[in-house]
Amino acid sequence: MTQTITIDGVTRIEGHAKITIHLDDAGKVRDAQFHVTQFRGFEKFVEGRPLTEMPGIMARICGICPVSHLMAAAKACDDILAVQIPPTANKLRRIMNLAQLVQSHALSFFHLSSPDLLFGMDGDPMRRNIFGLIREHPDFARDGILLRKFGQDVIALLGGKKIHPAWVVPGGVNSPLTEETRDAILKEIPAAIARVDRALNYFHEIEDHYPAEVDAFANFPTLFAGLVTPEGLLEHYDGALKFVDHNATPVAELSLSDSSHYGTLISEAVENYSYLKFPYFKPRGYPAGIYRVGPLARLVVAERCGTIRADMELGVFRTRLGRAPQSSFHYHWARLIEILFGIEMIQRLLQYPDILNTHIRSRARPNRLEGVGISEAPRGTLIHHYKIDENGLIRWANLIIATGHNNLAMNLGVRQVAERFVDGNKLQEGMLNRVEAVIRCFDPCLSCSTHALGQMPLRIELCRSDGEVCDVLQRN
Amino acid sequence: MRPATSTVESLTLQIDGKDISCRSGETILQVARDNNIDIPTLCFLEGLTVWGGCRLCMVEIAGSPKLHAACATTCAEGMVVSTASPRLKEYRKMIVEMLFAERNHVCAVCVSNGHCELQNMAVKLEIDHVRFPYRFPHLEVDNSHDAMRLDQNRCILCVRCVRVCGEIEGAHTKDVKGRGVLAAIIHDLDQPWGESETCTACGKCVNVCPTGALTHRGTAVGEMTKKAQFLPYLTLMREAKS
Repeated sequence: MTQTITIDGVTRIEGHAKITIHLDDAGKVRDAQFHVTQFRGFEKFVEGRPLTEMPGIMARICGICPVSHLMAAAKACDDILAVQIPPTANKLRRIMNLAQLVQSHALSFFHLSSPDLLFGMDGDPMRRNIFGLIREHPDFARDGILLRKFGQDVIALLGGKKIHPAWVVPGGVNSPLTEETRDAILKEIPAAIARVDRALNYFHEIEDHYPAEVDAFANFPTLFAGLVTPEGLLEHYDGALKFVDHNATPVAELSLSDSSHYGTLISEAVENYSYLKFPYFKPRGYPAGIYRVGPLARLVVAERCGTIRADMELGVFRTRLGRAPQSSFHYHWARLIEILFGIEMIQRLLQYPDILNTHIRSRARPNRLEGVGISEAPRGTLIHHYKIDENGLIRWANLIIATGHNNLAMNLGVRQVAERFVDGNKLQEGMLNRVEAVIRCFDPCLSCSTHALGQMPLRIELCRSDGEVCDVLQRN
Repeated sequence: MRPATSTVESLTLQIDGKDISCRSGETILQVARDNNIDIPTLCFLEGLTVWGGCRLCMVEIAGSPKLHAACATTCAEGMVVSTASPRLKEYRKMIVEMLFAERNHVCAVCVSNGHCELQNMAVKLEIDHVRFPYRFPHLEVDNSHDAMRLDQNRCILCVRCVRVCGEIEGAHTKDVKGRGVLAAIIHDLDQPWGESETCTACGKCVNVCPTGALTHRGTAVGEMTKKAQFLPYLTLMREAKS
């Protein structure tokens, strides 16, 4: 008698998804799947719109990481215009992209994932959320909220608003940085670094408390992919897309000046149980070409970060976990290191003498009929690919979203953690929380601005093959 | 030479309870605005002929059972006009809601976001939702012109562009085809704008357009600002010459 457990919807992630766990006659896990149940259709409904509107439209894909889509869309438009954007615009875009990284990572770590880490995977769900965190760990929660605020404020100072700023445009940005704004951001940096230092110290203390989770949270060898600078350092905006294997040995590298050839490395498969496609490393085929992106992958792919504090922390990370940690549980730590890197790099970029330059936009008409933009979103590599007609109207678009790259790994991870923790004979909340928590490690953004914060109703039914419900677990 | 006695007759009327005097031949809209009484409009633009198409300026006149377009109704002696009754406010909201429902006005990603008369009107009339089902028509963007773009999705058919093109520029490149919801702005004999032989590329149509329907090519979201101030000046200078 086979049974199926459904977790619908998965909480404390961005977007809508459900998980099904199939049990065999003995109540042991036979299979598990992660279903993305929402469908957006952006690739279809941008058809016919003018190229110059793309950054503004594509940013609407998400309320959490709009800047990432702004960047990739603007870069695809730059490619079609065939322009080199002014150096100051390049730096300003980088600052906004890093600010997005900081705020999104802070949201993922502090607001969504840290309740599991601070209260335990089996902790009372009534406490195990951001409000419990504020009540019982107010200083920790405040640091998280203020770190996110730092990132959001930088975005608003540059682009006029925190969500969906229309500041990044094809050819550059549409207004220069003022001295007052630069100084206002620089003034906040020491406090932001102190906050992430405190969080890292805290994480060092609790990281050892979860050996079972480290062992079973999507812990398997895969390829890793991410952007690197020409020197092999951590990169989020330009450089080259690099694939390494589970030992961090380089497998392939694609310079972003040849970004239109991304199709030689990445292809997309479709499964009938999810609206999210399954990208894979093309030379190895499907599904053997499984790879991971995001903070952990970027730290594996990069030789080092390139900023002092982040490199010191990366040293600790690698000393404890090795050069290429396989468990996705370590995404959390990698995320904190990237927050540190982001703040340091924002400081460095703001100190360039040309940062206040007013030449911030290159203007051109479309000079190509096709363009590709690749950048790093907080969750991983983001690819926008557009084709236009001779009048500059979009005729075709393909988006490979960061979360998509991790889809194969998330599915395998759900199965691994279900096999380890779920006993079909009697459901316990903590078991299923772990199944969700492995997904949260990847911080998936299911192309949506929904914020569940543990409030989304969760109902898990354990059904016999004849449809009779033999156990129910309900969370409101 | 100035005549010894003025032939312009002076009238007295009441608008929203306020006693006002004006010259004969003036419209209710002109007189109201001269006296700081706001009547909303979208198709009206000083310097162009009156069109009376948007119906936002409808007012009540005591003794008349129907509503009157303030832009197209001249004042009369003893007229008692009401410009902001609950009925009028409700009708105005309904008109603007229907404009939003008729085509695809997606403010958030529109190049005129923040600088749009339709958007401002919705805010002014305190419209927080649209009661009518959106039609979501499939409408093309004409991006064939070198410098300008026509997005039919954002057009409210105020025909300011048609009037400025014919009356001020004298080209009459633009006109309207079709009827009802199928009506649309066209160029010459319904050709792509870029192929028009009469368009002088003066850009007046772009600057008088109240929404993001007519814009400069290459503008991104929220970047399109219009400069319609040229129109009264141009009209005045031409009148002075003739």
